Amino acid sequence: MSASADNTKSYLEVNPGLRNWLWTLDHKRIGMMYLFGILGALLLGGAFALLVRIELFSPGLTIVGKDWYNKFFTLHGAVMVFLVIIPGIPAALGNMVLPIQLGAPDVAFPKLNLSSFYLWCIGAILLLVSVVLGGIDTGWTFYTPYSLDTQTAVIPAVMGAFILGFSSIFTGLNFLVTIHKFRPQNMGWFQMPLNLWALYATALMQVLATPVLGITLLLLFVERFMHIGIFDPTLGGDPVLFQHFFWFYSHPAVYIMIVPAMGVISEMLTTFSRKHIFGYRFIAYSSVALALFSFLVWGHHMFVSGQSRLANMVFSALTFSVGIPSAIKVFNWTSTLYKGDIRLQTPMLYALSFLILFTIGGLTGIFLAVLSIDVQLHDTYFVVAHFHYVMMGSTLVAFLGALHYWWPKMSGRMYPERLARVCSGGVFVGFNLTFLPQFIMGSRGMPRRYWDYDPEFTIFHQLSTIGALILGVSLFIVVVYLFWSFKNGKKAPKNPWGGTTLEWEAPTPPTLYNFPEPPEIPELYDYDDLVEDEANGNWIRKPRSGAKASTGHH
Amino acid sequence: MKASVQKSLAVLGLVLVLGLGGAAAQPAAPSAEQPPAPAPAATDPAAPAAPTPPAAPTPGEPDTKAAAAAPATGAAPAAEPPKEKAWWEKKAEEKYTYHGNYWLPPSASTTADGSDTLFIAVLAMSAFFFFAITGAVIYLVIRYRHRPGHKAEPSAAHSDALEITWTIIPTIICVLLFVYGWRSYMDMTAIPETRPENQIAVTARKWSWSFRYYNGVEDNVLHVPVNQPVKLIMTSQDVLHSFFVPVFRQKMDVLPRRYTYTWFYPTKPGVYRLYCTEYCGTDHSLMKTKVVVHQAGDYEKFLAESFQAKNNVSGKDLGMLVYEKKGCIGCHTLDGRPLIGPSFKGTWDTDVKLADGSTVKFDATYVHTAIVSPQAQARPGFPPSMPVTGLSEKEIDGVIELIKSLK
Repeated sequence: MSASADNTKSYLEVNPGLRNWLWTLDHKRIGMMYLFGILGALLLGGAFALLVRIELFSPGLTIVGKDWYNKFFTLHGAVMVFLVIIPGIPAALGNMVLPIQLGAPDVAFPKLNLSSFYLWCIGAILLLVSVVLGGIDTGWTFYTPYSLDTQTAVIPAVMGAFILGFSSIFTGLNFLVTIHKFRPQNMGWFQMPLNLWALYATALMQVLATPVLGITLLLLFVERFMHIGIFDPTLGGDPVLFQHFFWFYSHPAVYIMIVPAMGVISEMLTTFSRKHIFGYRFIAYSSVALALFSFLVWGHHMFVSGQSRLANMVFSALTFSVGIPSAIKVFNWTSTLYKGDIRLQTPMLYALSFLILFTIGGLTGIFLAVLSIDVQLHDTYFVVAHFHYVMMGSTLVAFLGALHYWWPKMSGRMYPERLARVCSGGVFVGFNLTFLPQFIMGSRGMPRRYWDYDPEFTIFHQLSTIGALILGVSLFIVVVYLFWSFKNGKKAPKNPWGGTTLEWEAPTPPTLYNFPEPPEIPELYDYDDLVEDEANGNWIRKPRSGAKASTGHH
Repeated sequence: MKASVQKSLAVLGLVLVLGLGGAAAQPAAPSAEQPPAPAPAATDPAAPAAPTPPAAPTPGEPDTKAAAAAPATGAAPAAEPPKEKAWWEKKAEEKYTYHGNYWLPPSASTTADGSDTLFIAVLAMSAFFFFAITGAVIYLVIRYRHRPGHKAEPSAAHSDALEITWTIIPTIICVLLFVYGWRSYMDMTAIPETRPENQIAVTARKWSWSFRYYNGVEDNVLHVPVNQPVKLIMTSQDVLHSFFVPVFRQKMDVLPRRYTYTWFYPTKPGVYRLYCTEYCGTDHSLMKTKVVVHQAGDYEKFLAESFQAKNNVSGKDLGMLVYEKKGCIGCHTLDGRPLIGPSFKGTWDTDVKLADGSTVKFDATYVHTAIVSPQAQARPGFPPSMPVTGLSEKEIDGVIELIKSLK
C-alpha cells in the first residue's frame, strides 16, 4: 500500500475512494468488505429458507413445484454453509479483530488476505451463476451418483465450492502465521484472549481439512467430464466413497463453524458479566480438543449408508468424545455469570441465547450419537433441527452477538440499542418456534428434503413456518438498522462495553495500522481497572500504580 | 409398568422442553385414544383391536392425500371398468395405523422397544441438563443483574475440582450411552435366521419401490407376516435411496449395484408408512409406500393367491399390472397428459419424433426398444430418467397390448 499512514484518521477515512477500497491491504477494510458480502449472502440464503418454509406450510403444492423446492433447499444450504457461516466469524469479524487483539498492525500476509476475499467473491459469483442457469438440486452435500446424474447446473456450483475452499484455506493459513509470529513478546499463549484460541483452532481445521473438499470436488468434476469411474457405480466407482471424502471435510467444517462462535461468546460473557472468565485454560484447551476430535468423527453421518458395523461402532464411540469438551465449555460459561454484575445489553442477550440454544443443539446431538437412535432419526427432521440449533442457533446467533459487540469499534457508530434488543428477542423466539417442532416431527418419522408430507405432520410444519417468518423479519431489521447506523448512529466511544482485550485500547474506529504507538498489554479479563463513564457511555482505564499492566506473568 | 414410566417421562420431557404452545395440542389426541390405565396393556394385541382413532385428524386424510398426490392414477380406472381388487390389495388401502404416543410413532417391531427405551433415557437426561443449565443461567442473570449499587464480587476464576467433576460426569454418561446404543444397534442389525418365504427382494428406483416375494410376484406394497423375522435384500436401479419404516425404527440406505440388508420382527398387524429417506430428486417426497403386517396365516394366503393371480393374467391386464406395480405410473399417464415421460395414450401407430430429429413408427418394436434400452430412441422434451426396468418378455408384451388399447 503506497498510501501514507495518517495516524489521526480512521481506517474508514484514510485514502478514500472505491479504488483504494478494492485494492486495500488493510485487514479492517478487507474484514468490512467480507462483512457486507456475507450480510448480502445471508439475506439471499434467508430468502431461500423462507421460500422453503412457505412451500411447506401445507402438504402438496403451496407456492412452488417439486423441482423448484429441491433447488431452493439446495441453494439455501450451499449459500448458508459456504458463503455465510464458514467465513462469517473468522473471515469477517476475525479479520477485523484478530490483529488488533494481538496489538499488531495487520495480518502476516496482507496480500493473501485480499486474495482470499476475491476468491470468496469468485466463489459467490459461481454459485450465483448456477442460480441463473436454473439452480442445482443435489442438496448442499452433492451426494453421488445423483449429482453425476442430474441435469441441473452442478458444475458451476461445484467450482464455486472448490474456490471458496481456497478462500478458507488462505484465511486459515494467514491467521495461524499471524498468531505465531505477531504475538507480542509479553503475551504468552495463555495471555491470549479466548477468541484468539478459538480462531487458532479454527484455522488449524481450515488448513488441514479443506484440501480434502477441494480434491473431492475435483474428482467429481473429472468424473462428470471425463467419465473416469470414481464415485459412479456404473463406471465401477463407489458412491459411498464420496460420502467418506465429503464428510472428512464437512465434519471438521461443522467445527470450523462452531469453534469461532465459542470464542466470541467467551469474550462477550466475561465482558458483560464484568468478571474474569471461569476456567480459562479449560475453555482454551477444549477449543483445541474439538479441533482434533473433529477429524475423527466423520463416519457418524453414515451410520446407515452401508458402512460396516465395526466402523459404526468406532465412529459412535469417537463421536461421544466431542460431547465432553462442549459440555466443559457450557459449564464454564455458566459459572462465569456467578457473582458478576451482569449487563443485559444486546451482545449479552445474544450470548445468553447462544448458551441456551447451544445446550439444546449439543444435547440433541447425543441422541444422534447413540447408534440405535440414530438409525431411527437419520435423515429426518430431527437431524435438520439439531444442526440448525448448532449452525444457526449457535453460530449465527454468536455471529450476530459479536457483530453488535464489535460494530461500534468497526464502524465508529452505535446501533439503536432498544431496537436491537427487541430484534434479539425476535431471533430467539422465531428460531425456537421454527425448530422445536421439527424435533417432534422428526422423531415421529418425517423425512427431510420432502416437498410433500403426510397430514399428521401439518401442525408442526405450520408452527415452523410461522417461526421462520418471525426470524426472517427480525434478521432483516437487524441488517437494515446496521446499515442505517453506519451513517446515522451515535458516535461510538473507545470502549463502550468495558472490554479488557486490546481492541478496546485502539482508537474508534482504529487508524490504519491500528495503534499509533505499540500498546501496553492490559491484564486479560481484569475488570477492576475499568471505570464506567456513564455520561459518554464509555469505560476508562484507571491510572494504576506500577507496571502491572504490561508485564503479565509467565 | 415400564410403559407408564416411559409415558410419564415423555410427558415431562414434552411439556417442559416444549413449553412453547403448539405442541400442547398434540398429546391430547393420543391420550384420548389410549385411555389412562388400560389393564396392563403391556402386550400389544389390544392396540390393533381398536385401530379407529377417535376424532383425530388422521382418518380419511390418507385417502384425499393419495388422490392429490398421484393425479395420474385417477385416469387409470376410467379407461377400463374397474376390476375387482384382491383382498390383499384392499387391505393395503386400509387406513394407516398411526397412534403415536406423545413423541414417538407407535412401535411395531421387537427392536423398536430397545431403541425407544434409550430414546426416553436420553430425553430424560437431556431434559435434566437442559433445565439445570437454563435454570442456572436464568437464576444467575436475575441474581447478579446490574442495578444501582450492585457490583461484581470477587470469586475464583477457576476451580480444578469443579473442572474435573464436570469432565468426569459427562464422560461416564457418554460411555454408558455408547455401550447401550451399540448393544441395541447390534440387535437391530444382526440378522437372524429367516425362512426363505420371509426373504424379500427390494428394488428402489426413481421414484418407486418394488418388492419381489418368494413366489416371484412383485408388488409395490410391502407385505410381511406378524411375529416372524423378515429379511430384506435391497438394491437400487439408479441413485441412492433409503428404506425407512418409522414404526419399525429401521432404516438402511439402498445403493446401486450393491446389496444392502435389513430386517425386522413385526409385532403388530396393521398398515404402516414406508418412506425413502435419501434424497433422490424430483419426486423424492412421493417415493413412499406402505407396509402391510398381516395377521398370522394371512401372509401365506397372500403368497399362494397372488401367485395364482399373477399366472392367470396376461396381455393387456398384465400390462396394466406392470404399469401400476413396477413404477411406470410415476412418469407416464394413460390419459394423454405428458408427465415426466410421454403418455401411453394416443401415440400407438403414429410417427413420433426422436431427440436426434428423425422419426420412427410407434409400434411394438419401438415400445420394446424403449423398455429394454430406454435412451436409444429417446423423444425430445423429456429428461433421460427412464430406468432399465428388467421386465420379462411376457410383461413387455403386456405393456405393448396396454398401449395398443389406448390408441
